[in-house]
Amino acid sequence: MLRMSFLRYSLHNRGAIGRTAPMAETPQPRHSGLVRVTHWLITFAFFALLVSGLEIVVSHPRFYWGEIGNVNTAPLFKIPIPSSRNLVPTGYGYVLPDQNGWSRYLHFQSAWVLVLIGLLYGVAGILNGHFRRNLLPALSDISPKRLAVSIVEHLRFKRPSAEEAWSYNVLQRLAYLMVIFVLFPMIIWTGLAMSPSFVSAVPAAVNVLGGQQSARTLHFFLTWALVLFLLVHVFMVFLAGFRSRMRAMITGRGAEPLERV
Amino acid sequence: MSKLSRRTLITTGLTVASGASGLVAAAKLAKRYGLIPPDSGGIYGPGETLTYAAQRLLTRHSLAREFSRSQMSAKPFANEVAPLGDEFERHKQGAFADWRLAVDGLVARPASFSLTELRSFPRRSHITMIQCEEGWSYIAEWTGVPLSHVLERVGALPQVRYVVYRSIQPDWWESIDMADALHPQTLLTYEMNGGELPVGFGGPLRMRVSRQLGYKSVKYITRLTLTDNLKRFGKGLGSASPEGGYAWFAGA
Repeated sequence: MLRMSFLRYSLHNRGAIGRTAPMAETPQPRHSGLVRVTHWLITFAFFALLVSGLEIVVSHPRFYWGEIGNVNTAPLFKIPIPSSRNLVPTGYGYVLPDQNGWSRYLHFQSAWVLVLIGLLYGVAGILNGHFRRNLLPALSDISPKRLAVSIVEHLRFKRPSAEEAWSYNVLQRLAYLMVIFVLFPMIIWTGLAMSPSFVSAVPAAVNVLGGQQSARTLHFFLTWALVLFLLVHVFMVFLAGFRSRMRAMITGRGAEPLERV
Repeated sequence: MSKLSRRTLITTGLTVASGASGLVAAAKLAKRYGLIPPDSGGIYGPGETLTYAAQRLLTRHSLAREFSRSQMSAKPFANEVAPLGDEFERHKQGAFADWRLAVDGLVARPASFSLTELRSFPRRSHITMIQCEEGWSYIAEWTGVPLSHVLERVGALPQVRYVVYRSIQPDWWESIDMADALHPQTLLTYEMNGGELPVGFGGPLRMRVSRQLGYKSVKYITRLTLTDNLKRFGKGLGSASPEGGYAWFAGA
């Protein structure tokens, strides 16, 4: 606690250097403008990708492993939903309307938003030290004991301390780093690996995944990993205080000084 | 919010100005190098333009992945086709002896080829994957005459930018740019897996565009039209696909 308070104190001082206005007038925002804008743009793009992606799945709710897969081959698994194509055996006596046209247009347009905004966020985060400062956990925090303590606290739905209104706990940091540097890059990669044109130029993108259908199946699982993150993330926002956390991510205003220890 | 300093204002102003002029310059360059797809209007136009431009910068000459014989699908899946009509049935009963491929538009020598003539032209085979936009796929060996050879034979004029191809099914017509039309793997196929191309897979003649999704590989091809402007065809969106809500470029 003491160490973290000290760290924050020094960070604030560092942040204040070179500012024209005194700190009291322009307090450091809880989240920088760039983080706030990119957060909501990516949220928006993610929802568009999720809806359009699930719609595309409806046209062939079967998944395979390897290079190829169709209704004449054994699936890895099937999703027990009706399909928008009558040649897919689903066990349902009806066919949903075909919506793949706009779904595919929307999916790729949103993917561009996600990739471009994600790149902006990622490059800026590396250059301005956001990842190093705010997301990289302290080495001492990733000891098994500390991690176990944090996991137990989470499992008990312990409300975060006021301290945490200005910082992230170790599990939170690891979860964010996982999403930013593993899940999003992987879902973009597996998406590109399904593009017949892209893989003509970069065949290794699909070959190392074990084939085009493997890429599609991984893309599907990665979607659920991101959805799981989203659910936990939103739940934690409610647990920590919906109003203050939303305010911090929308206006940038953090916890009131009185609320701070 | 904090007060805007003069420095912030100047930097922001410069960034916005350079960004805007950059966009204008990029749009001009994209147009000049043919990086704008015919369905670039509408709400999905920006994404579609980015996709097509990026793919063309990356994939102008790249080859679709080819597979070994052992990877060929034992049971390829023939997608459903709409009823083919009386004219097709007549052709089928006559073993497609009277099937013709007409080639017109911006060509020095408009022509009409029989299947026998097409078979006498240089042939090429490749074992490639055909992927449906729905998500399924299969691998097969396709044999036919490279489209580039047919274009050369009829004397395609230098200003040609797109090849429009039509099916005996009036609702199906498509077009591709020259990167795909002259691509060595783009074939007018008449054989599949070493035998006649079955009707279910597009026989007697199917356009095979190996770097795009299956819906660009139109079945039952009867006519090619070479053009410099897709606006003159249908609703001007490039092919039947955008008219039905699907992207013209299906490489993504």
